[in-house]
This record gives sequence, C-alpha cells and structure tokens, in this order.
Amino acid sequence: MQYDMGNIDVAWCPGCGNFGILNVLKKGLDELGIEPTSLVVVSGIGQAAKIPHYFRTNFFNGLHGRALPAATAIKASNPSLMVVAESGDGDMYGEGGNHFIHTIRRNPDITNIVHNNMVYGLTKGQASPTSQVGFKTPVQVSGVILEPFNPLAVAIALNASFVARAYIADAGQTKEILKDAINHEGYALVDIFQPCVTFNKVNTYEWFKDNTYYLEDSHDSHDRKLAFEKATATDKLALGVFYINPSKAPFEENTGIYEQDKTGLSERDVDYSKLESLIGRFALG
Amino acid sequence: MKSLSVKQKTDISIVLCGQAGQGIQTVERLLTRILKTEGYNVFATKEYMSRVRGGMNSTLIRISERPVNAFVDRIDILVPLNKGAIRHVEKRIKPETIIVGEKNICAGELQDEKNFFAIPFTELASAIGNKVYSNTVAVGALVSVMSVRPEAAIDCLQRFFAGKGDEVPAKNIEALKRGYEEAGRFAKPNGLNIKATCSSTGVQNQILVNGAEAVGLGAIAGGCNFVCSYPMSPSTAVLVFLAQNGRDFGIIAEQAEDEIAAINMATGAWYAGARAMVTTSGGGFALMAEGLSLAGMLESPIVIHLAQRPGPATGLPTRTEQGDLELALYAGHGEFPRIILAPGTLEEGFYLTQKAFNLADKFQVPVFVLTDQYFVDSYYNIRAFNLKNLKVERHIVETSGAYRRYELTENGISPRGIPGFGKGLVCVDSDEHDEEGHITEDSEIRTVMVNKRLKKLDLIKQEVIPATLQGPEDYQNLVICWGSTYNIVCEAVSSVGRQDTAVLHFKQVYPLPGNTARLVDKAAKTVAIENNATAQFARLLKIHADINVDYNVLKYDGLCFASDSLAEKLDGML
Repeated sequence: MQYDMGNIDVAWCPGCGNFGILNVLKKGLDELGIEPTSLVVVSGIGQAAKIPHYFRTNFFNGLHGRALPAATAIKASNPSLMVVAESGDGDMYGEGGNHFIHTIRRNPDITNIVHNNMVYGLTKGQASPTSQVGFKTPVQVSGVILEPFNPLAVAIALNASFVARAYIADAGQTKEILKDAINHEGYALVDIFQPCVTFNKVNTYEWFKDNTYYLEDSHDSHDRKLAFEKATATDKLALGVFYINPSKAPFEENTGIYEQDKTGLSERDVDYSKLESLIGRFALG
Repeated sequence: MKSLSVKQKTDISIVLCGQAGQGIQTVERLLTRILKTEGYNVFATKEYMSRVRGGMNSTLIRISERPVNAFVDRIDILVPLNKGAIRHVEKRIKPETIIVGEKNICAGELQDEKNFFAIPFTELASAIGNKVYSNTVAVGALVSVMSVRPEAAIDCLQRFFAGKGDEVPAKNIEALKRGYEEAGRFAKPNGLNIKATCSSTGVQNQILVNGAEAVGLGAIAGGCNFVCSYPMSPSTAVLVFLAQNGRDFGIIAEQAEDEIAAINMATGAWYAGARAMVTTSGGGFALMAEGLSLAGMLESPIVIHLAQRPGPATGLPTRTEQGDLELALYAGHGEFPRIILAPGTLEEGFYLTQKAFNLADKFQVPVFVLTDQYFVDSYYNIRAFNLKNLKVERHIVETSGAYRRYELTENGISPRGIPGFGKGLVCVDSDEHDEEGHITEDSEIRTVMVNKRLKKLDLIKQEVIPATLQGPEDYQNLVICWGSTYNIVCEAVSSVGRQDTAVLHFKQVYPLPGNTARLVDKAAKTVAIENNATAQFARLLKIHADINVDYNVLKYDGLCFASDSLAEKLDGML
C-alpha cells in the first residue's frame, strides 16, 4: 500500500489500540484514493501524536495541544490539501482544550481524530481529561475527582459540523466512520476509544466492549437535541455518527479570499500596483 | 494687547488634552491633514489611558517648516477640552504657553490669564444643534490661529466626513466656520496669530502614516498573506490594518482564541506556503514563547511584530517602553538563531517589515520587528514608500520523490518544500529529527542538527543591516540608540549643536552589525539612550560585541523621551 513505510521502529506498546487506528486510517485513506503527497497529518505530543511517523504522509508534528491551530492554518493556506489533526485525549482536550473549542467554532475542513484511552501514556499513567471519576493514578492518589470532559457533548453544544465516536476493536466500523468524517466538508471530530494496555487497567478492551453500543440505524444525525442526549447518557457509551450539520461553510471558504481565485497562498503574488494606490491614499488630506 | 513668542516660530507644538471618548483623535486627524494639505510638515503622537471613556489623554501635534518627527515636552499652544486637562500637562506649561479653551473649563486651573484665550467651543457647537461638534469648532479656531485658508480646511473636512450622509459634513463645516470666525473675532486681534512658514518641499504629495500603518503596509509589500493575532495594545492596530485591507490583497486575517493559537497558526501557514505574521505585545508575546521555539526547531520562517509596552505583567497597557528587547532575544526554550529588527523611522517600519519576510524565508528563522507604543501611534509626513526595488523573495522548492526537509547542506539551510508541491513528502517535527524529519534520539544526529541550525547565524551575520551614523565621521562623543528613539535622539543631539558628537542608531539589534565595536571604540565618550530601566541594549552590546558604554540615559515612566528635555540632559553630559 502507498502508505506503508516498511519495517520501522514503532514506539507503542504491544497490544496498544494505536496500532489498530494506524491500520484503519491507512486503509480508509487508501480506499478514498487520497495521495500521500496531498495529505497532511498534523499532530501534537504524546504516544498517539507519533502516528504520522509511521506511515507515508506529509506531516506537521508540532507542540503539545497545538495541532488544531496549525491544521486550521494549513488548510486555509492551501485548501487543496487533505488535512487530518490527530492526537490523544490529553493533547486535544487538556492542553489544547481552548483550541478544541474555537476550532469547532471556526469550522475548518479538517478531520480531527482523537485517540481516547482515558489516561496519559507517555508521561506514565496520570489522569487525562476523560479519565473517569475515581480512577486512581500516581498523581490522583485517591482517584480522579474532576468531572470527565465530554468531547462529544461539547462539540454538539458548539454545533460542530460532524461528531462521531468509534471503538478501535471494531476496525470495520471505525474505518467507515473515519471515511465519513474525511469526506465530510467542515470540521469533523472522531473520538476513538483505544485501550491503553500499560497504564489503564480499568478501561480495558473488555470494559469498552461491555460499556459501548452502536447508535440505532434509525438515529437521526441531524437532530442536535437527540445527539446531545446520546452524548450525555452515562449508562452506556454510544458509538457511531452522533451529529451532522450539513449547512455550515468551512472556515477557509468563509475567509473570502478563495472566492475569485482558488490557488493556494504560496502561488499568489502581491499586487504592487494596488499597494501603490493604497499608499497613495495616505497622501490625501 | 497680549504679546506672543510663538508668532514668528517655524516650529510649533500644539497639545490637545481631554477625556477618552471626547474626540481628541478626530481633532488630531483633521488638524494634521488640513495643515499638511496647506504645506506644513506635521507630526502627531498620543498618550492615552487604558480605558474607553473618561480619564485624561493628550495628543501632541507639531507643525513645522522643516520635517518634524519627534516628541517634545514643550507646549506652545494648549487646548484643554475638559476640567483637569491643564493639570494633566502642567509640568510642560511654561509662561509663554498659550492656552485656548473654554472659560469654565480652564478658570480654576490657570496659573495666570495672560496667555489665555477664551473660545466657547461647546456653546458655539450647541448653537448649531449639538455639542458633539465642539471638537470641530476647536479645529476651526486653531485653523484660524494658524492663518490657514478656511476653504482648505473645508475641503479636508468634506473628505473626512465623506460617506456620512449630508447632515454630518454640513454641520461640521458650520462648526468649523464658527470656530474660525470666533478666533478671528477675539483671538487674532489680541495677538494670537501665527503664520508658520510653509515648507516648499512638496509636503502635500507626501504621505501621512503612523507606525502601525507603516508596518502593515510593509507586511503587504513583503507578501504577507496570513495574519493571526489576539488583540493587545499597542500591537492591535497592525492586525486591524491588515484585516481592513485583507480582501483587497488576499490576506487571511484571523483573530485567534489566544496568542498560543496565533503563533501556531502562523507556523502552520508558513508550512503550507503562506507568508504569515503575528502582531503582539508584552504578555501576548510571552504566551508565544513555546511557539517561537517550535519555529526554531521546525526551521520555519515566521515574522513577529512585537510592539513593546511597559511590563511586568499587564504593566501600563497603553504606554511605551523598550523593555522587551531581552525577551525577544531570549524567548523560547532551547538554542536557535533569530533576527531582531528595530525600526527607528516610519520608512524603516515599512522597509524593514517588508525585508523581514524575505529574511525569514531565506534563513528559515523567526524574524522580529520590534516596535513600541510610541512608534505605532506616532505619525508624520514622509515621501511615499517606493516599491520599485522591492521584491517578494520566495525560497520554496518543488520537491522530488527523495525530498528530505532537513537535508544537511554546507551552510545549514535545507531547501524548503511545501506539501502538495512536487513528488516528495514534507515532514516536520518539534522533536529532534533526522534529515527526513522523523523523530530521533540518536545523539550523533542531535549534535549534527544543533550545529546545522546554529550555523545559519553565521550566514545571517553576513547580511546584517548596518547601523545609521548621523553626524560627523570624526566624532568624539557617540550617542547610541536603537529602535523607536532614533528621531528623538537625533533632534536632541542636533539641538545640543556640538560638532564632535554623532548618533549611532541600530535598526538591527540582533545579530549586531560586524563593525559595531569599531564604530563605538572610536568615540572617547559613549552614551546609550534607552526607554527602559536596565539598559538592555547596552548589555547586549557588552555580551555580543564586548562593548562597554560609558553612560546610560534611561527612561521608564511609561512615556517616550522628549527631544527638548533629552537635549538638556545630554548638554550636561557631553
């Protein structure tokens, strides 16, 4: 496959859900016929954020929590690129929480994949924003006391244009959800449950299997209230496409600079004669 | 009859003082434009409080036969617009200062009435329907005092209020006429009649821009097509300017959720082929420090306009200081090269900002344009910027299938590809990386990559913008300054009038020009003038050029230097 890099050293633990996400992403992109040269994967820091190092793609592996602003700007600077912003739950929802909120508001045409294992892996087992109350760690010694961050509910509350959740143990469904997200025009969130086999002994493959279910086929993904209800339900965690708002124009289109001219910013020249007349206007009283 | 010393002057300073929201800016804008149209050289700058209404703000307008471009403490004509105004500037009032204003506003604060001319701005404005026109009445009075033809003023007024319907321009013209007549009736017969000599150098055709506009225009000339920032005084004006001209020039102007987002957006934009800038101040830039370091590691070009204001923390949000030189120099963890430019004139504000984009692109490093509140808020007439020799120099390459973003080269610069242009993949990583851009912890590669990045500084040093030497070549005394203080220092040194004294101004403060030590060592006595408390540039000279400055003149009260007060100080030192 055009995305394969051959025999490389991967920094993930054996059995990590990240492997599954990598495979599914490569397959999905391949099925959609996306060329590695027109794809940019933007990531932050953490185990999940290393993903672009493990398949053939352009990538911008930036700072912890800061993938979304960079991804937004990359897409806005060259809308012909396919842009995926991908990192873990700590990166996207914790360190990058403010960008998460405002990127949804901005609505760039990017796919935001979040590996959600409810724990910090690379820093060795502290609570993440999505860790459940009572989850004990070397730092949260008596268990987590903070309300877990609910990314789907937040995204739906902000009227995000595409909101979905997947569980990597079901590779087939996860791939289909990812493809829908990539095909969606506008910001698309895919939160993927991905067990951490080393630091999370609570939210295991078994636990996710027992505590998740797929939204019914009859689920109306254009019904925001229903989507919010499903996202905030606490008994079992729903999987699938919760919400789609098809009527939002993407950020790069809203900037207005592509109305007349579709070329990316790298190919544009400054209109010096226009600049000269702008400067000339300062001569008038 | 009152006698006036400013009557024959060729250089007059007018100070308008009043509350925020009272329209001082309108008076300033109108008056400077009218006077420039009439052939006067004009300069204006403001000091204002961090509030939307109330408080006490003032604007200085200088009008001169010769080009003027520096702040002075001296007030020839004061126009107090509300109670407390005279007190606000009382240290600058001299016995010869003329005060033109309303009796009930000024009465309690006047030291003596000898030079006071009462004109009832509000009463005259109310008579034509609304006291809001009192500012235009004041403009009319000043225009009359300056012996400007009323038709010229009315022309300007019409342009100024164009597009605001019929009533607004008509009422303002009436207000201007009332002020003009009133000053003609009472003030002029009493001796308040000034005729400054007009300049004959074609002032009318020159442009009137402030520092923020000069930087904004320079950015456009530099090919800037992406600006993202979080509003923060005094840097916001550049964001506003580029946003307002964004559609015309194909610039994406985005107000980010915070400064962290802004600098990460800018770096992402450069990665995808845009030419991006952030504009920020003080604490906003402090938040960008990690992103700056990212640009250093990714070897991403980026242009940072940093308009300094006094800190620490929130400090004095709307005041001026040169206190963030060391912040710009040392911000960002880790070691990586950077370039810091510090324009001294409006022309430099334009040309250096333009150049900043080319330097950033060429060397793949962060480039700072370091200004301050005084610089961005000051304006004077200058010749229109010449675009003839300017060029957007792009250094983007089409990638081949074997492209490696961090390919090792002799000079440390790896050809910069962008995604989607060519057959290669463009991989950049904030981790230490190999030539392909992939994460590595190999200590040999680490050493090679550090050397590669730092090596670029040697190249940068070959293209440093020289310092400006103003004055005799065979100087005994050398007055050293950098950034926004240039015009003030030049005027001060010129009015001290010594043949043995020169000014050395640095518009690139890092890395320093190679001949810095030679120029400074030639002087028997050196004085460094800085708008900060700890002589940061003198320290930079010590560290990077092993230069010891003899004397430091420092000012850190939130205000810029005044050329007249500085001259007095220098006179005693040289």
